[in-house]
Amino acid sequence: MKTHYTRPLDLRSGRVDMNHGAGGRATAQLVAELFARAFDNPWLGQGDDGAVLPAPAPGERLVMATDGHVVSPLFFPGGDIGSLAVHGTVNDLAVMGARPLYLSASFILEEGYPLADLKRIVDSMAAASRAAGVPVVTGDTKVVEQGKGDGVFIATTGIGALPAERSPGGARARPGDVVLVSGSMGDHGMAILAVRESLAFDSEIRSDSAALHGLVEALYAALPAEAIRVLRDPTRGGLATTLNEIARQSGAGMRIEEAAVPVHPQVEAACELLGLDPLYLANEGKLIAVVAPESADAALAALRAHPLGSAAARIGTVVEDAHHFVQLATPLGGQRMLDWLSGEPLPRIC
Amino acid sequence: MKYVDEFRDGELARGIGAAIAREADPARHYAFMEFCGGHTHAISRYGVVDLLPANVRMIHGPGCPVCVLPVGRIDMAIRLAMERAVTICTYGDCLRVPASGGLSLLKARARLDKNRADIRMVYSAADALALAQREPQREVVFLAIGFETTTPPTALVLRQARALGLANFSVLCNHVLTPAAIRAILHAPAGAGADARVKLDGFVGPAHVSTVIGSRPYDFVAGQHHKPVVIAGFEPLDVMQSILMLVRQVNDGRAEIENEFTRAVTREGNLKAQALVDEVFTLRDSYEWRGLGSLPDSALRIRPEFAAWDAEAKFGLDYAPVPDHKSCECGTILRGEKRPADCKLFGTACTPETPMGSCMVSSEGACAAHYNYGRFRDIPVAAA
Repeated sequence: MKTHYTRPLDLRSGRVDMNHGAGGRATAQLVAELFARAFDNPWLGQGDDGAVLPAPAPGERLVMATDGHVVSPLFFPGGDIGSLAVHGTVNDLAVMGARPLYLSASFILEEGYPLADLKRIVDSMAAASRAAGVPVVTGDTKVVEQGKGDGVFIATTGIGALPAERSPGGARARPGDVVLVSGSMGDHGMAILAVRESLAFDSEIRSDSAALHGLVEALYAALPAEAIRVLRDPTRGGLATTLNEIARQSGAGMRIEEAAVPVHPQVEAACELLGLDPLYLANEGKLIAVVAPESADAALAALRAHPLGSAAARIGTVVEDAHHFVQLATPLGGQRMLDWLSGEPLPRIC
Repeated sequence: MKYVDEFRDGELARGIGAAIAREADPARHYAFMEFCGGHTHAISRYGVVDLLPANVRMIHGPGCPVCVLPVGRIDMAIRLAMERAVTICTYGDCLRVPASGGLSLLKARARLDKNRADIRMVYSAADALALAQREPQREVVFLAIGFETTTPPTALVLRQARALGLANFSVLCNHVLTPAAIRAILHAPAGAGADARVKLDGFVGPAHVSTVIGSRPYDFVAGQHHKPVVIAGFEPLDVMQSILMLVRQVNDGRAEIENEFTRAVTREGNLKAQALVDEVFTLRDSYEWRGLGSLPDSALRIRPEFAAWDAEAKFGLDYAPVPDHKSCECGTILRGEKRPADCKLFGTACTPETPMGSCMVSSEGACAAHYNYGRFRDIPVAAA
């Protein structure tokens, strides 16, 4: 007896066509042979319109976050749109203090996109999801005509559980609190730019794309939940913009030491070349933590003890300031503002 | 970073700052203009003013290519894209300069049928030429702006375009000349009575411009106007050292052209680049500068031998001047008569997100630099 009455998906030389999004047999085959196989978990395996999930533990609250990914190029040193789509949403949950539990994934594919490349993306996404321990439990696939997309767009939504004692929030920074970063700034943004602008360096600049929930857990394990005021991942707009967001939300100012902010020499050199400031470049695997002053040393030690935080640094403090200015002390010995990113026509980076 | 950090060293900066404070005569004021936007940016970006004594004031000059580009010239480029279906290529900062009718190149781009026309950011003139070669069916116009630093690369692509016989490429030339602008500032008729005229004690001279033209073209500043010039590099220590040299010249009653940027600038400049520019360009009789008005012999046009690649000739373009917004103080700010915060639009109607004047567009512009880096100085902030 035959086990199959269909010809398997041509994942070597096939291409996405309009049938793959029509909702018929071709769609079902793409889902079964590519997505379900890669993401393989019981919820997805049920094949229903949604995933039925267990309720959170008593006292826990649910956190939900969503993120659309349109990065160009789709593959870059240190990652690709698939792994980025997992990390982006997992990190949004993580910096809320939540334990990420489930993801959904919505794919918008462009007609003509090679199935082999799509498989690379999906496999990378599945690997990132498994490594993070956060399964993709439901999804959707649409196909748009050639010229109406840019290969692949991926939107992911995540659900996480927030333990009762945790409540980090952008509005909770207070004068005297200490500002920490978990590592070098601008790696992701510059990795993308270097590919787009065909910049060649002695050693490749790699995206820092990574899931941060382990690092966040390490922080919560090391200090009282109350001492962790604000957690953020400085993505688009970089460190500068994220600090301004926190300052505005908290109604406070900040004093940052520019010399204390870690930046890779290659990133710094590339910024010099392109006239950019690394503090405005995106990160996809870095954490900003605003912590109570008495817990700052413990927080820094906890970050540094984790592989993703080995280059963590204390970069400044929260101050009283009615104008919510973020001020930077330059290595030269002067002062300046570290302002919001203002409308720079930077390319699609995430 | 090697070869860069050395020019940003805090300890050396404090040393030079102390020397300036020691040597500056407390009984007088010193007002120096840094001509270049690159210097304006360095001063703001590194907080150089914090290392200067209160009686040494830096005035931001007009050396920001985007800032002195008049609205009418941007309008020409926008009309080319919208009415003549060409693809405009230009440097990034140019895209956001406000033009007529609430447009900018960036806003015009959103209205274009991308199958026919486009407006694109390029990093170099060569990128624009490459686009024209790659897509022969596309009519490409490079909107060339800038002082003497960016002129040789434009000359090079014009020469290449002619050698290749490239029919779908031309240049809309807006290259301007630094000495002419300095002359205009020294001759500036006072905006609101004689008191408004800036009393300048000297200039921090251009860095990259001077690598091309050398130090000789500034001789008239010392010779005719008895003002010192110190040519300086774009790193903060260069700027500080040049300020110290200016203070010394003023104290000694000297007016000389000195060169702090000896690692890159010679008296004669880059003769090859000068010859190249001369081969392709010639003086324009008159060119309108934003803030400085129409100045004779202050800009370049493309020589008739290259007319086939001169967008103004190719498309029969005429220049129509467009007045600035009546409250915009870009003009007086570019001449150093007012400070950014003196403009009533500054930080209210005019911000980096919604620039009304060109000084708010480029990060080298006096208003954008003050907004992005220095506006906390306008407001007393509670101490940490």
